[in-house]
Amino acid sequence: MTLLALEHVTRRFGGLVAVDAVDLNVAQGGVTAIIGPNGAGKTTLFHVISGFQTPDQGRIIFAGEDITGSPPEKIAAHGLVRTFQLVQLFRDLSAVENVKVGCHLQTRGGVVTALVRPRSARRSEAEVEATARELLVFVGLEAHGDLPASALTYGQQRLLEIARALAAKPKLLLLDEPAAGLNAQESRLLSATIRRIVEQGTTVLLIEHDMNLVMSTADAVAVLDFGRKIAEGAPASVRENPAVIAAYLGTTEAARA
Amino acid sequence: MTTSRSSISPDRLRAVAPALPWAIALAVLAYAFIAGGYLVTVMSFALIYAIFVTGLNLFMGYAGQVTFGHNAFAALGGYGSAVLTSTYGFPPLGGFVAGMALALCLALLVGYPTLRLKGHYLAMATLAIGLIVYEIAVQWQAVTGGYMGLSGIPPLGIGRFEIVSDRWQLAVLAVIVALSIWSAMRLRASRFGRALVAIAGSEDAARALGIDVAHYKLMAFLISAAYAATAGWLFVHVVGFVSPEVFGLHMVVLAFTMLYVGGIGTAAGPLIGAVIISLLPETFRALKDYQDLAYGAGLILLLIYAPKGLAALGDLIPRSKRS
Repeated sequence: MTLLALEHVTRRFGGLVAVDAVDLNVAQGGVTAIIGPNGAGKTTLFHVISGFQTPDQGRIIFAGEDITGSPPEKIAAHGLVRTFQLVQLFRDLSAVENVKVGCHLQTRGGVVTALVRPRSARRSEAEVEATARELLVFVGLEAHGDLPASALTYGQQRLLEIARALAAKPKLLLLDEPAAGLNAQESRLLSATIRRIVEQGTTVLLIEHDMNLVMSTADAVAVLDFGRKIAEGAPASVRENPAVIAAYLGTTEAARA
Repeated sequence: MTTSRSSISPDRLRAVAPALPWAIALAVLAYAFIAGGYLVTVMSFALIYAIFVTGLNLFMGYAGQVTFGHNAFAALGGYGSAVLTSTYGFPPLGGFVAGMALALCLALLVGYPTLRLKGHYLAMATLAIGLIVYEIAVQWQAVTGGYMGLSGIPPLGIGRFEIVSDRWQLAVLAVIVALSIWSAMRLRASRFGRALVAIAGSEDAARALGIDVAHYKLMAFLISAAYAATAGWLFVHVVGFVSPEVFGLHMVVLAFTMLYVGGIGTAAGPLIGAVIISLLPETFRALKDYQDLAYGAGLILLLIYAPKGLAALGDLIPRSKRS
């Protein structure tokens, strides 16, 4: 079953076509990876899917609904939650508070609830606290829950951002270069975490440069180059694809020069 | 082996540090209540400002936004009630409701369009309304009395009970301040408050987690406007007089100083900031022309050595190696 479908999605910046008529189907369950050289349009595609930019053409269907042009908060409410290439944590808040913010969509209550603090709100707060602590355990950060997010190492911050996104109970989790800046050990830990996320029933779509991570984690791969999708399929077959090799290494002429 | 005789270890200091600003503010307040006289007047102003700054802290400290025009909402809360009570014989509570409604309407009118835009549109718009409301207070002489202002504003009270004595006024103000701060703390410790601090941290991340940023900014703006209107209302009824200067741009400058000196984003900061800054001119008065200079120098030193303000001074105490 298709969870996310892009139909001819195009995004231009002036004369530059950053995303060029991309069709893409993300199946429910499993990990789909979008790879491609720098400037291939991967991040723009993510911005368009998550609502931070609107496509100039094409449609985006998520879980059977047309979300084209919806703002990010509406898309998140549909169950599509993303992380960022440059970690966007609430730096002054503790790790556990960061994850609690992620529970926003799972809870209710505004100003009046905050002031009156009825029993239902106290129960909800207790649940939020418990959920946040559980998610910290899930990503292995339970020992750092009360530290400010800014005090965590870069790798820990990546995991924290993922835990925060999971708190929103997404159907589809978008990870924008989750392994960027991680060492080999952290990258393996990340890969295992992503597999566990999928086992729990969340579908993952990720952009990645780290080929080891893609090959060890992804079930399906799509390759972008100059905004166009040039290949897709199982990781092993994509790796052998001449067009992909050319995109990554340049053409053979260029390689000889 | 010698054992340390000092009973105050850094750890213990760190543990009590958060209570310190509250204790200091309470001590000054208690002293003023007992001593009476001019200090009661100074502390009354401090408490009124504490309410104003607590509201400002919700919008600037928690939600991380900028406003230069909350004096306009204080002016509407103050003038609204002043005109209705002194000219039309309304009771102060009726004036409060009317002034509050005026302030919230203006806040909605300014906030709704500008808070949807990124960048400094709101800061510019608020600066403008602060100046416009000031000009109206000056020019609309038939209603506001122009530069001369309005006098004969009745004191706070309900029905036939009027709070006339300075000490009682101070006590009532203390209760309202306590309520204001309690409300702010409850707001901060809720889903609503978390959404605000998330917006301050990263608007993009907040949106990606489903937080309607424009809505929450507007709510924070309205609540802080309500605090400002309350402060303005209290001011005119405590002093019994109002003129445009009371709610001029200097009110914003003073409130900013209190917020940053006290500690932006902290619960105790607005109160301790308001108390300290209100007492400072009395301390610096001997310096006359150099008063502003001393003020500025003090502020810079504080921002360098305690950038989170007086309420966070406990953070400066070094952690012991054991912890």
